[in-house]
Amino acid sequence: MNLRDDDFTLFGLAQRQALDRADLDACRRELQAQVHPDRFASEGAAAQRLAMQWAVRVNEAWQRLKDPLSRAAYLCELRGVPVAAESNTSMPAAFLTQQMEWREALEDAAAGADIERLDQAVQRDERAMLAELTGLLDERHDTAAAAAQVRALMFVARFRQDIARRLDTLDETR
Amino acid sequence: MALLQISEPGQAPDPHQRRIAVGIDLGTTHSLVAAVRHGVADCLPDAQGRVLLPSAVRYLDDGRRQIGYEARAAQAEDALNTIVSVKRFMGRKLSDIAGHDKLPYAFVDQPGTVALATRDGEKTPVEVSAEILASLRQRAEDSFDSELFGAVITVPAYFDDAQRQATKDAAQLAGLKVLRLISEPTAAAVAYGLDNASEGLYAVYDLGGGTFDISLLRLTRGVFEVVATGGDAARGGDDIDQALADWVLAQAGTQALSARDMRAALVASRAAKEALSASAAVAWQAAVAGRELSVEVTRQQLEALARPLLDRTLAIVRKVLRDAKVTPDGVQGVVMVGGSTRMPLVRAAVGEVFGPNSKTRVLTNVNPDEVVALGAAIQANALAGNAKDGELLLLDVIALSLGLETMGGLVERVIERNTSIPAAKAQDFTTYQDGQTAMAIHVVQGERDLVAECRSLARFELRGIPPMVAGAARIRVSFQVDADGLLSVAAREQTSGVEAAVTVKPSYGLADEQIARMLKDGFAHAEHDMQARALREAQVDAERMVLATASALAADAELLTPAERQEIEALMARARSAVAAGDAETTVAAIEALAEGTEAFAAARMNQGIRQALAGRRVEEI
Repeated sequence: MNLRDDDFTLFGLAQRQALDRADLDACRRELQAQVHPDRFASEGAAAQRLAMQWAVRVNEAWQRLKDPLSRAAYLCELRGVPVAAESNTSMPAAFLTQQMEWREALEDAAAGADIERLDQAVQRDERAMLAELTGLLDERHDTAAAAAQVRALMFVARFRQDIARRLDTLDETR
Repeated sequence: MALLQISEPGQAPDPHQRRIAVGIDLGTTHSLVAAVRHGVADCLPDAQGRVLLPSAVRYLDDGRRQIGYEARAAQAEDALNTIVSVKRFMGRKLSDIAGHDKLPYAFVDQPGTVALATRDGEKTPVEVSAEILASLRQRAEDSFDSELFGAVITVPAYFDDAQRQATKDAAQLAGLKVLRLISEPTAAAVAYGLDNASEGLYAVYDLGGGTFDISLLRLTRGVFEVVATGGDAARGGDDIDQALADWVLAQAGTQALSARDMRAALVASRAAKEALSASAAVAWQAAVAGRELSVEVTRQQLEALARPLLDRTLAIVRKVLRDAKVTPDGVQGVVMVGGSTRMPLVRAAVGEVFGPNSKTRVLTNVNPDEVVALGAAIQANALAGNAKDGELLLLDVIALSLGLETMGGLVERVIERNTSIPAAKAQDFTTYQDGQTAMAIHVVQGERDLVAECRSLARFELRGIPPMVAGAARIRVSFQVDADGLLSVAAREQTSGVEAAVTVKPSYGLADEQIARMLKDGFAHAEHDMQARALREAQVDAERMVLATASALAADAELLTPAERQEIEALMARARSAVAAGDAETTVAAIEALAEGTEAFAAARMNQGIRQALAGRRVEEI
């Protein structure tokens, strides 16, 4: 074991997109139980620093693996196809049209209930896209297509953040 | 009152084996100290048997102070010199404190912090809080007739870096070794969860005097994992008192003119609010502007005045549920913490958020005043190494995002809120002008996109960047948040290796030199001489490390070659004899040598732990 091992190795997992979230969480708890600085509270500065490094590393890996989108992006990178979302922004026309429709729907939605309904619809789409992504990575092993799918899903994630922000503002002014 | 110590059968009476660690709830209205005795957490009472210590400090003429009940009783007659609810000012500048013009104090803006002018000079909130902490430390030391090993101190989950740092500074000033700062809702969950052997997802709704927190935690076999948290570090039950006082005075057609009037009106409002939890109507009574006022207040009226605050807390609850992607009925129970949750309206409203049909229970079977201190005591006991290994682990998150100012006054978030701590993250930035040789780094905390709307934590400069064309330099800024939720930031230009770093301390709160000066000024240690104190601290540290190393050797000696083991044992012997010789410098040097000499051993043990955890899992899965 060392701090530079990849996230999957650190958690004792195969390099796959499909993953049991409860199992991942349990593994993180067990690892933190071994390395958390609280476990070394009465030891010297050196042990504390080491514990801190390990605890940070475990949290970082867990944070990346628990989110299907960042997990997929990480897998693509491990397989030699970085997602490069900043430089590569080409998207299928149909997907962009869909995005515009959603954004218009969000602008038009006035009540919290309308926004929540829209969020549920977007969430359904997101789930379908994620399922397809898992297929691309785990069965078809088409990393290039998977990277494109990750980029599309990043748009969706950003849109859902905007929805959440609208709901927050509504709550604050309510 | 000094209690006689009777050691349990089989337990060593050696005082170094029984490490007294306490939990302290440093509250806006009340503070408490608790400790685990004979396996049970208890709040420690004062000589009169009272566990609550009002968070009130009164500065008297001759440099003396009153702390607690006496001070609180004097708050109306001596409002200027009697500081209550000082927690609201921790880590704050005057401009940060909403409604400070309504408070009966003489505020002074000092660099980085607000201060209060009293007859005993200007006092920072850190100094006032240190008085309260020192008083609780004394109480604990009297109870055990022994020095304290250390303390876990609770802070609101929503406290930012400046407020956490100020709390830690206050503890240092009060002569307490801080084992850990933990979040109040997390502490409450520990006390509640361990008592009730609960498992699953729980919410903690904590409405204190000056702060509000909501945390969602997952409880799994002794592991308390914060899923999401939110709150408002500037709002609490005190605001209801203020609203009631304003309303009553308007009804009576009068105004509070003096500091004394204002304080009297607030005291009466608090009393009326508390009485209205049991009665439908009470008479609000106080002497204001030279006349005795008596105004009838109904519970309905109070509830109307409390509604805006309550609605704000409920909005935050909904936001946290959204952050955690959890629906209200996925939550097993809501633990109610803080005196303000005694109001029937608050309990009903929180129940409403989680839906009338949901299975979520609103849990009020724990004393809302004591639960936080009890949880802190349980954690302190575990950190002191008194609890059985592997019983308790707290995995907390950072409540507010951390970021940097970029062009145009915008915030680039580096660590998002609700990230598990400890955490570290680096982000690369570049120069925007040709030949730029310095970069100003401005660290901020908050959720807004504009720097002006976030809290400024620190500013520092990276100088000596070799001149390059705009965009060619690679400046990596690394953020690290430790298990106390405290941030340090470092910046490094990648091509040249130029570095600059800052622990986010000096620009906000107190610098180390200021604390050293205060300690020297004899604060809270009149009877202690500085040198004796430094020696004692070094000895305690050395003893602690020798003990820890001995137990590590007992458990994992097979990881070492005989030569390595001998070397470590020699270092332990050196530390022991340094302690016996009673010289601070030699002791510190021996501690450092032992720490360095055991680093590789510590690494091997951690590695083995990780391997075992993974191996254990594979066996379980089969």
